[in-house]
Amino acid sequence: MWDVEIRGMASAHAIIASSIFLATVIPAVFLENFSVYGTHMVWLYSVAGSVAVVNIAVFRLLGIIPPTKKNTLSFKINRLFRSCLYFLLSCLFYHTVVVLYGAPLLESALETFSLAVLLSTFTTLRCLCILGPNIQAWIRVFSRDGALSVWDTSLQITTGCSLVGAWLGAFPIPLDWDRPWQVWPVSCTLGATAGFLTGLLVAPVWIHWHRKLLTYKLK
Amino acid sequence: MRRLPVLLPLIWVCSVFYVGIFLFVGGFLLVRLEVNRTSTCADVLSPGAQVKGDFCLSEPRFRRAVVLIIDALKADFTRYDPENTAPKPFENKLPVLDEMGSLHPSHARLYTFRADPPTTTMQRIKGFTTGSLPTFIDVGNNFASNAILEDNLVHQLGQVGKRVVFMGDDTWVSLFPKKFHRSLPFPSFNVKDLHTVDNGILQNIYPTMEGDDWDVLIAHFLGVDHCGHRFGPDHPAMAEKLSQMDGVIRSVIKRLKNDTLLVVMGDHGMTDTGDHGGESQKETDAALFLYSSSPLFSAPGSQIEPEVVPQTDLVPTLALLLGVPIPYSSVGQVLLPLFPQNGSRSAPTGLSQAEALWINVKQVNRFLETYSNMAKDIPPDSLSRLRADFSNISSQYLDAVHKGRLPSPELVASMQNYLTAVRETCRASWARFNPFKMAAGLMILGLACLLCCVISELSHLVIQEGFLKLPIFSGLVVGMAVATVQLLSQGYLELSWCLGAAALSSEVLFLWRTCGVSPKDRWCPDRLLTPALLVLFLRCASLLSDSYVIYEGHIVTFLLLTLSVYVPLRLNWDGLLVPLPPPDTQKPPLLRQAALPSSVVRREATVLLVWLGVLVGSLYVSLSFHNCREEQGSCQPSPFLSPLSRVQDSQLRNLHYVLSVASLATWVYLLHRWLRHYGNLNCSSSTVFSACFILPMACVGMGLHWAVSATPEDTFRNLSELISLAHVFLPRAIFCLLGLGLLLLWVNPMTVFIKSRTPVNSRGTFLPPPKYRASTGISPQAELHHLIPQLYQRIRHSLEDGGVEAGEADDRPAVEAYGLGTVYSAPLVLFCGLLGLVLLLLHPEGMALVFLLLLLEAGAVLHIHACSTNLSSLSVHSSGYSVPWAPVVSWSLAAAQFFHATGHLPTFPSIQWGAAFVGFPQGHTGTVLPASLVILNTFSSHILFAVGCPLLLFWPLVCEVRGKRSARLVGGEESEDAVMEMRLRENPQKFSSALLQLTARYLFVNGAQVFASVCAAAILRRHLMVWKVFAPKLMFEASGFIVGSVFVMLGLIMVMRVDIAVGGLFKKLLSQNSR
Ligand SMILES: [Zn+2]
Ligand SMILES: [Zn+2]
Repeated sequence: MWDVEIRGMASAHAIIASSIFLATVIPAVFLENFSVYGTHMVWLYSVAGSVAVVNIAVFRLLGIIPPTKKNTLSFKINRLFRSCLYFLLSCLFYHTVVVLYGAPLLESALETFSLAVLLSTFTTLRCLCILGPNIQAWIRVFSRDGALSVWDTSLQITTGCSLVGAWLGAFPIPLDWDRPWQVWPVSCTLGATAGFLTGLLVAPVWIHWHRKLLTYKLK
Repeated sequence: MRRLPVLLPLIWVCSVFYVGIFLFVGGFLLVRLEVNRTSTCADVLSPGAQVKGDFCLSEPRFRRAVVLIIDALKADFTRYDPENTAPKPFENKLPVLDEMGSLHPSHARLYTFRADPPTTTMQRIKGFTTGSLPTFIDVGNNFASNAILEDNLVHQLGQVGKRVVFMGDDTWVSLFPKKFHRSLPFPSFNVKDLHTVDNGILQNIYPTMEGDDWDVLIAHFLGVDHCGHRFGPDHPAMAEKLSQMDGVIRSVIKRLKNDTLLVVMGDHGMTDTGDHGGESQKETDAALFLYSSSPLFSAPGSQIEPEVVPQTDLVPTLALLLGVPIPYSSVGQVLLPLFPQNGSRSAPTGLSQAEALWINVKQVNRFLETYSNMAKDIPPDSLSRLRADFSNISSQYLDAVHKGRLPSPELVASMQNYLTAVRETCRASWARFNPFKMAAGLMILGLACLLCCVISELSHLVIQEGFLKLPIFSGLVVGMAVATVQLLSQGYLELSWCLGAAALSSEVLFLWRTCGVSPKDRWCPDRLLTPALLVLFLRCASLLSDSYVIYEGHIVTFLLLTLSVYVPLRLNWDGLLVPLPPPDTQKPPLLRQAALPSSVVRREATVLLVWLGVLVGSLYVSLSFHNCREEQGSCQPSPFLSPLSRVQDSQLRNLHYVLSVASLATWVYLLHRWLRHYGNLNCSSSTVFSACFILPMACVGMGLHWAVSATPEDTFRNLSELISLAHVFLPRAIFCLLGLGLLLLWVNPMTVFIKSRTPVNSRGTFLPPPKYRASTGISPQAELHHLIPQLYQRIRHSLEDGGVEAGEADDRPAVEAYGLGTVYSAPLVLFCGLLGLVLLLLHPEGMALVFLLLLLEAGAVLHIHACSTNLSSLSVHSSGYSVPWAPVVSWSLAAAQFFHATGHLPTFPSIQWGAAFVGFPQGHTGTVLPASLVILNTFSSHILFAVGCPLLLFWPLVCEVRGKRSARLVGGEESEDAVMEMRLRENPQKFSSALLQLTARYLFVNGAQVFASVCAAAILRRHLMVWKVFAPKLMFEASGFIVGSVFVMLGLIMVMRVDIAVGGLFKKLLSQNSR
């Protein structure tokens, strides 16, 4: 039972991770001058888009999205609408936080917002997929005893890793090395992506390692 | 509480830190040895067979010279561009230089004159009179300029009997006491005064020139420099000043005789804000203009002209032109275009280029030999190479002279190269370190940090036993022993090594003793692996990179923000931020029992998040008050940093003024509000007087002072007397008022109001008789112990709603006490408030906004700490009142953050010298007062946060959630009332140890930063940026630590003073009530 779930999660994570690689490689075939630094925004949105699509598809196929009591169309639409709203709000929230952390306020606002979109894709979107638009549940997940399933634990790990990655990505910016990846927000997006990939890798390993200690209550 | 056991370890740790800093700085800061030998006329023998007799007796090229020094005459000011139709205030204002250059190309020339850093006036005067290179340590001497002991041009001129007349900047007189034939010094220290020095010179210079009582006339104008400091270069006043200088130069030229050389020069340049001291090109590039009525230069284009003249080159040039020996330690090179290529030109006895160079080379070589005998800091390989060069040049030159040939151009070039090489070698090797002292200082500092850590973890032990006796005693003994050995073996005492040995031995003994404590108490380093200390580690690591030091303000903000955001995240992770779900989950029953009611949790969490918002907001806003380093390319300094009188737009000025006054009023209002909220303003003691009257009065006074100092000089001409009087007396009155407030606070720090009231007239509030009456048989100590919580309950009841009690009529008066809950923090808050106003007065007006932000931020850090303590109090069974690392690190980061937000930077040019003139617009006679004013201004944020440090201990108690602790500690019978800070008196032992722990932690956090910057300076001592970034950073960090630690002690002593007063109060109360 356990092993099956962990294996399922590992393969889901592998799919998501490979989607990031594909999103980096495929545009290079179709677009001229495509490079991670040079056309950073294109790369960013291609990664964000592919991660979003793959995440939604994977979780829909696996049926992780929490079952709803009502199954009417209007309820579904309401739910979809709320999800979109939450995603947008989370983008704005991340944008504000990043600005407060020292990003320029007016110039390169688009770049800052793109970073916020990427972070939302790595964190909020997965929350929406796994927990649905339910903020109470989100807050609950990010506490020590809050994880109710393997997926919740993986959500904890990937979200933490992405945010820490983005945070670490800010460190090289003040250095006077004049490298292309020190330009705002390249290092932060790269850090977030690297953190997310690390999270995807670490989550199954960590859960496998600690499977004796993890006792999830039944839903 | 125990006083001495708390203070003693801290004083000991601080002195160990001071010794470490002293040792390291002594080994690190460069000291160039001064060669105290002077050149004489006999030294300068013309080469070979053509002995011309005594050099000084031969006829010099010029008999007289007029040296006009225009302070801060930047190279840009002197360029003339006729096509510039819309010149800025500092452009095209000195057309005379260009005019002369184009009309008489062989009489006049304009050069860029490059100063060596540091570009402060005194260093520059030293530089262009001795011809040597200044060292870093000289910067600190700017307040007390002392006489130049090295050989210099003024001395040499005096030796050959030239009459040197000086007028202008009085720095010269202190540098060259009794060297002038006649001197007319004018006060230079008052930067606001643009005209005194210049007008004084102008009244005297023309009569002097027309008279015959002089040979060399030196005039040092200060107006341009002061105008830069006051208004910046881009201001109409600068245009006026430069035009005045243009007129001066014209008039001087008109009066010149044929045997007179005119030198017009700037000692340094200025930045775009009008300051100087650093080594950016804007500061180092001054102008040099040479003119004579007789032909001075060969026709332009006939020889190579230097583009830039180093400032050291003026000394040998002037010396040889005026016929005096070159000063002994000069490393300059004669300015060749001023000498004829071959000796046969019209000038009667002018030295030819080769002769001048030869004299110069011999002098420099002699200095090099002397210096390398005295000090071993010039690397031997470059020394031997220079020696070989010299003997080569020497033999070639003498050979040519013997054969009666003219020295070849190649020989001239190689002599020039030799001189340049010597200068560069000296410049490189006067970065001289004492590695032993540096290593010892590093070790002592590192161990001192470890010591702080150990004391903070073992505070309960350190306080109990005579733990420190042995280390301190042994330290003293070892210090004495080393001193004796030194005296016996060497005959003299080297203080730094004695102190070092004492500190090191006491440190080692203390650490050794802590290893011996029982394993139960033993200190385990695992406890230090917290995110707060990770943040501290990052902060320390950031001090090792020049980019991070340059952007320090932003880095600190980033880290502080991270640490504050971490707090709620961590609480949520522990499940403490939101009320727990309904108790169907299988939680351990123990936890559930102690949990706070969910409404309380929700409220505390909301408060926490709101204060987090305040913190984040004030951090973000305070970023816009930063000043700029020269390394930060596109940075614009905050407009609030310039004093109001510099703002030209009157509407903007009014807006700034209103903003400043409003934030000042808010600062006072918030303090007052807080004190009233906790019932501290009910009694009629002197403290309340200072809170209710002195604070607002000082506020009004400051508003007036700002208004007066912001008025442009010429608006109220008829009131100018009054205004200048107000400049002096308003700030002094405010200082006195605030000082009085601080004194009153010290005399009577209690804000407790105890009132006995009869139950009849009090809306039916009947309080039960104090329970301590029951315990008549017990000692007074025990009664005291019981009385306090009892009293406190009563206050609460009477404060809240006069809560109706069931206990029935007893006709004895019930006791009512206001302000007992904040008995410790209220005086401390008031102390910080008064001190904050003193410090604000020393800043530009616009900084009032920042001080308000500082208050908000400090409040936010305290509240976040308090809320998180409240929320986590149910899971972490904290014993005592221990303050965790996170708030301490935040507190220290906030101090560093506001250092930057108040417009300070760890660089010397950014020191706000204006602070020395607040209340003393005429300048000072001594040096202690202005120095301390500047220090108070520079480290104001360190001071405020250091004094307020004990608040971290008190705040969780002030914001205590009612009914939480008493239920657990006292037991069911007692009513559930908050006791707030009275809790500290319940357990004086734990109070003392918590206070010691908190202070030790704060010292550790600051000491670790000092240690990191010391490491940076030691490791990167050959780094390109060491004198620009790391050494100033080290100096600022170390002085900040020293100032901060002194004020931490002051805050601690204040708390102890309150404690004594509280003890006295209870004694009195007890005797009253048991009567
Ligand atoms: Zn100057
Ligand atoms: Zn100056």
